[in-house]
Amino acid sequence: MSKVKVLVIRAPGTNRDGEAVFAFERAGAEVTLAHVNQLIRHECNLFDYQVFVIPGGFSYGDDISSGRVLANELKLKFGKDVLKFADDGRLVLGICNGFQVLVKSGILPRVKKGETPRVTLTNNDCGKFECRWVHLGVNRESPCVFTKGMESMYVPVAHGEGKFFGDLNAITEKNIAVYYIDEQGNRNAVYPYNPNGSLRNIAGICDDSGRIFGLMPHPEDHILGIQHPQWTRLGAKKYGDGFPIFQNAVKWAKSI
Amino acid sequence: MHRIEIRLKNHFPDSCGLGLVKDIADLGIKSVSSAIVTDIYYLDADLTSTQLDLICRELLADPVTQEYRFDSVSDEAMQAVIHIVEVAYKAGVVDPVEETVMIGLHDLNINGVKAVKTSKQYILEGKLTPNQLGTISKKLLVNPIIQHVIESGQFAFAENPKYHFKLNQIDLLGADKAQLEEIRRNYTFSEIEVSAVRDYYRQLGKNPTDIELETLAQTWSEHCVHKTFKAKVTYDGKVINNILKSTVARVTRELNKPWCLSVFLDNSGVIDFDGKWALCFKVETHNHPSAVEPYGGAATGIGGVIRDPLGTGLGAKPILNTDVFCFAPPDFPQEKLPAGVLHPRRIFKGVRAGVADYGNRLGIPTVNGAILFDERYLSNPLVYCGTMGLIPVNMAQRGKHKSGDLIVVVGGKTGRDGIHGATFASEQLTDKSGTVSFTSVQIGNPIVEKKVIDILLRARDKGLYSRITDCGAGGLSSAVGEMGEETGARVDLEKVPLKYAGLNYAEIWISEAQERMVIAVSPEKIDELLKLCASEDVQAAVIGEFTDDHQLKLFYQGHQVADLSMKFLHEGIPQWQLKAILEQPEFPEPDFAQPKDLGKSLKEILGTWNVCSKEWVIRQYDHEVQGGTIIKPLVGKNNDGPGDATVIRPVSNSDKGVIVANGINPKYGQIDPYWMAASAIDEALRQIIAVGGNLKEVALLDNFCWGDTRKPEMLGALVKAAQACYDMAIVYGTPFVSGKDSLYNEFEYEGKIIAIPHTLLISAMGIVDDVRKSVSMDFKQAGDSIYVVGATKNEIGASAYLDTRGLIGNSVPKVDPAKAKALMDSLSKATEKGLVKACHDCSEGGIGVAAAEMAFAGGLGAEVNLKSVPLAEKIDRDDFILFSESNSRFIVEVSSENKAEFEKVLKGVSIGEIGIVSETNELEVYGLDGHKIVNESIDDLKEAWQKPLRW
Repeated sequence: MSKVKVLVIRAPGTNRDGEAVFAFERAGAEVTLAHVNQLIRHECNLFDYQVFVIPGGFSYGDDISSGRVLANELKLKFGKDVLKFADDGRLVLGICNGFQVLVKSGILPRVKKGETPRVTLTNNDCGKFECRWVHLGVNRESPCVFTKGMESMYVPVAHGEGKFFGDLNAITEKNIAVYYIDEQGNRNAVYPYNPNGSLRNIAGICDDSGRIFGLMPHPEDHILGIQHPQWTRLGAKKYGDGFPIFQNAVKWAKSI
Repeated sequence: MHRIEIRLKNHFPDSCGLGLVKDIADLGIKSVSSAIVTDIYYLDADLTSTQLDLICRELLADPVTQEYRFDSVSDEAMQAVIHIVEVAYKAGVVDPVEETVMIGLHDLNINGVKAVKTSKQYILEGKLTPNQLGTISKKLLVNPIIQHVIESGQFAFAENPKYHFKLNQIDLLGADKAQLEEIRRNYTFSEIEVSAVRDYYRQLGKNPTDIELETLAQTWSEHCVHKTFKAKVTYDGKVINNILKSTVARVTRELNKPWCLSVFLDNSGVIDFDGKWALCFKVETHNHPSAVEPYGGAATGIGGVIRDPLGTGLGAKPILNTDVFCFAPPDFPQEKLPAGVLHPRRIFKGVRAGVADYGNRLGIPTVNGAILFDERYLSNPLVYCGTMGLIPVNMAQRGKHKSGDLIVVVGGKTGRDGIHGATFASEQLTDKSGTVSFTSVQIGNPIVEKKVIDILLRARDKGLYSRITDCGAGGLSSAVGEMGEETGARVDLEKVPLKYAGLNYAEIWISEAQERMVIAVSPEKIDELLKLCASEDVQAAVIGEFTDDHQLKLFYQGHQVADLSMKFLHEGIPQWQLKAILEQPEFPEPDFAQPKDLGKSLKEILGTWNVCSKEWVIRQYDHEVQGGTIIKPLVGKNNDGPGDATVIRPVSNSDKGVIVANGINPKYGQIDPYWMAASAIDEALRQIIAVGGNLKEVALLDNFCWGDTRKPEMLGALVKAAQACYDMAIVYGTPFVSGKDSLYNEFEYEGKIIAIPHTLLISAMGIVDDVRKSVSMDFKQAGDSIYVVGATKNEIGASAYLDTRGLIGNSVPKVDPAKAKALMDSLSKATEKGLVKACHDCSEGGIGVAAAEMAFAGGLGAEVNLKSVPLAEKIDRDDFILFSESNSRFIVEVSSENKAEFEKVLKGVSIGEIGIVSETNELEVYGLDGHKIVNESIDDLKEAWQKPLRW
């Protein structure tokens, strides 16, 4: 059987493309890294792939606000394709800046034409960019394809604008795929466990199909056991906590 | 023109505004109750309100959190307690956001916008006198170097002046004494240099053009050629011909390590990594620009050093950043601040933000550094930025171009920014620097640099260019001048893409605009290269070609403006002759009784600016991006202990690693610069050993920041430090592969000269075969044994302990490199065998601080007996044993089953089992007479250590 084909896009300022490629390759996929201009200029066909990934970084410098300019390019130039791609049963993943892009382009949660977006990702409550490791709880009730079978994970965040905010009626409980918790699994944990002040500790959401998933933390930075910040204390496992996300995606895509 | 205001919706929590209120309160102004920060965009266009509404809704404002309005007059000023300050960048300073807005407008299909400018509006609520408002503006909101306050409705787009060509010749041959002196000062030549230039032009029988003199001035600047380090120096009755060659570079030559692939030749030093890949490393300073505009100065500092690995060999991928800062203490009294000097707290915050914003955006993890404080850095803060790169071994050598190859500039456009940066960096600052040096500071655009890196690494792998270098100090003049040395070059200056009109030909040539690289491309490959660059919207322009006449020929619109011999440009500089003398200062010896409660002393040391936790800074750097950070800068049970060095796994399918570390201790330099340098090298190597490295393949970098070395006693100190570099590194077997210096760091204030402390930063990279054998510094398990490895001497001079008592003393820590190497080799063996569970080097604060840090990082207590500390000489005071800063010492945790084996491997080395890791949550230290002299909970110790920089 041929390998699952994953498309990772990069824009000016994308910087975690390498780790996204590494994670999917480790999970057994064939990964193509393409510049967003190649999609816009139709030099690259989205529908040749089963998984579409918008990785982390600072697209267009995150000038104006995080992910906004790339979100507009996505929405105005190939947004319909992305929705059709997902409606076809394929997978879309946005990590960190990629999550911001999905939210601000109205793809996740979906904003219909003429409607105003009701949620956003905005400045961290602490008022600054922070890089720290966080515990995530996985919502077992969520249809999210990527987090299937997972209970929790320990992964880093690295962002300044990751606070999930707005009118939570725009989503339902099952859209909340992952949330910030403390070591005891407490979902009301506050800063620094909830690193940005996200409402209801939301770290990542998916659409109703579970096939479009976006999150602020970086599972692609915890693929190997020795990426864990305390492996010298706890011993190094072979794979890191973030790896199942990519394995799940590849496994699902194989069945398409 | 249209004016758009974007602000947070009412009652939305505004972290920016809250931060500003806090900063205002820190100035002693308590009456401001709230602050709102509004983003203002000016569009130079004639748009309909439907279009403006679309722009606001779809691009500039977040529909959930922000509201907008356009082309309306502010009404807040009607109320007496509301104060509005609008701050814009000066003309010529380019805010990267402006370019992004243009892209966003294009995406929205809005055409006809000629230009975009941004500004910030601060709306302060509270009673303020005009004086207080002025203070807030001056201290927090406006940096007059790059910004100005605009009055309501007074904004206008600046008209760019047209430039009409006129050749400017300088009458050097006909100059009288006074005129010659003026030329000398204008081009910052020394007296012997201006004579050499005049002799050269006399031989030619013509006068130089301004651009020829500019080229010589840039190429001959201290910043570019290191005249002091290459001078003939009379010192201690002997003549040293070239300090660099006879000390630092001599180590490398004599050690002649086969793994040194390219040293002191290219833009960074290169060593082999695994036979397939090589690593290159460079550390630079960006001190003077950071002093006048901390954010922009530091950002362009990191931006500049990132281009060094990119400009090494055929181009390396940047894989990590390091940064080391030296500031005056953040609590320095505002009222004692000299005119024209920014407060150290503002410099600290600005520099940190500049480094983080640039490095984070580029996706390069900032993984190692240090921050040091001393009042003498008040006017001359030091900002060291370093970048390591990864490059295929077969591309590690500097490229070779042919005559006929095209000169291509890739990346940012050229503006008036940074003009005279190279010569500015080599000059003393004065309290006028803020006003006269207005063009030397730039903000930098990290995304342009990211695009350049992305495209050039692709072009490199396709073999589209034969040579590459960065545009750094001296701009094109240095880059093209250097590349063309062996062939000759011809440049048509009007072909250089400009940010705005109005630059004359000389400004184009010497501008230090950021984010530019120069490459040599053969004519057959130029189309493919230009096409590749265009595919990712990267600017690339052919500006000339390499010739075969060994001349540098410059043209502007067909007029020849320079014709300079490459030989004279590169070899014509006369060697400086300098005098150096030895000075041995004498400080009062400490004369105080040992305090009863050494726990209190320990907490005092932990809470000093130099020792305290730097977590506030480290967390704001992305240290995880690229996924290779295996031993992180923050370690331990709660990820907040101070790691010694960082271990990186640079190749994604290999467990081979590189360790990056640094050593710096300017305090020792006030007693003896020789032992300061020796200590810095020992410290950098200790950190490598502590995380599980070894000395088999370690390369060093030297960065000297000094006062005015034209003064013999300053130069004497420099020579001594350089000699120590040789004496130590030759024994350790660790070659230097690159280095840099920044001299004349002095400031004249009310007739007094303040020089920085002699400051030598040693950066080190060491290769390890298996990152899985790395060790972190946090205690792991109660019941384990604690060893001190290495003998303690009565070396309390310039220690952190004496510093807390305002004393210096004279017994500076020394180094016995042969003993130290044997010790480090043994300890490496023990780590390699898996016998070491935790290891931390003893540096500032000695055994006391190291043990406390290991305990609170691991969340475990410890019991320590000073009687068991191995001493190299008799010491009868507990405090001196606990806080002595003798070099080459480690604290090691060993599990009980491995003790015998550990002691066997360390046979012949001074070691002592000083105690055990305990479950108690207490650090208990017993003195020489068996009494408990420290009894502190690890939470209290940690709190003392974390409190100062919890901003």
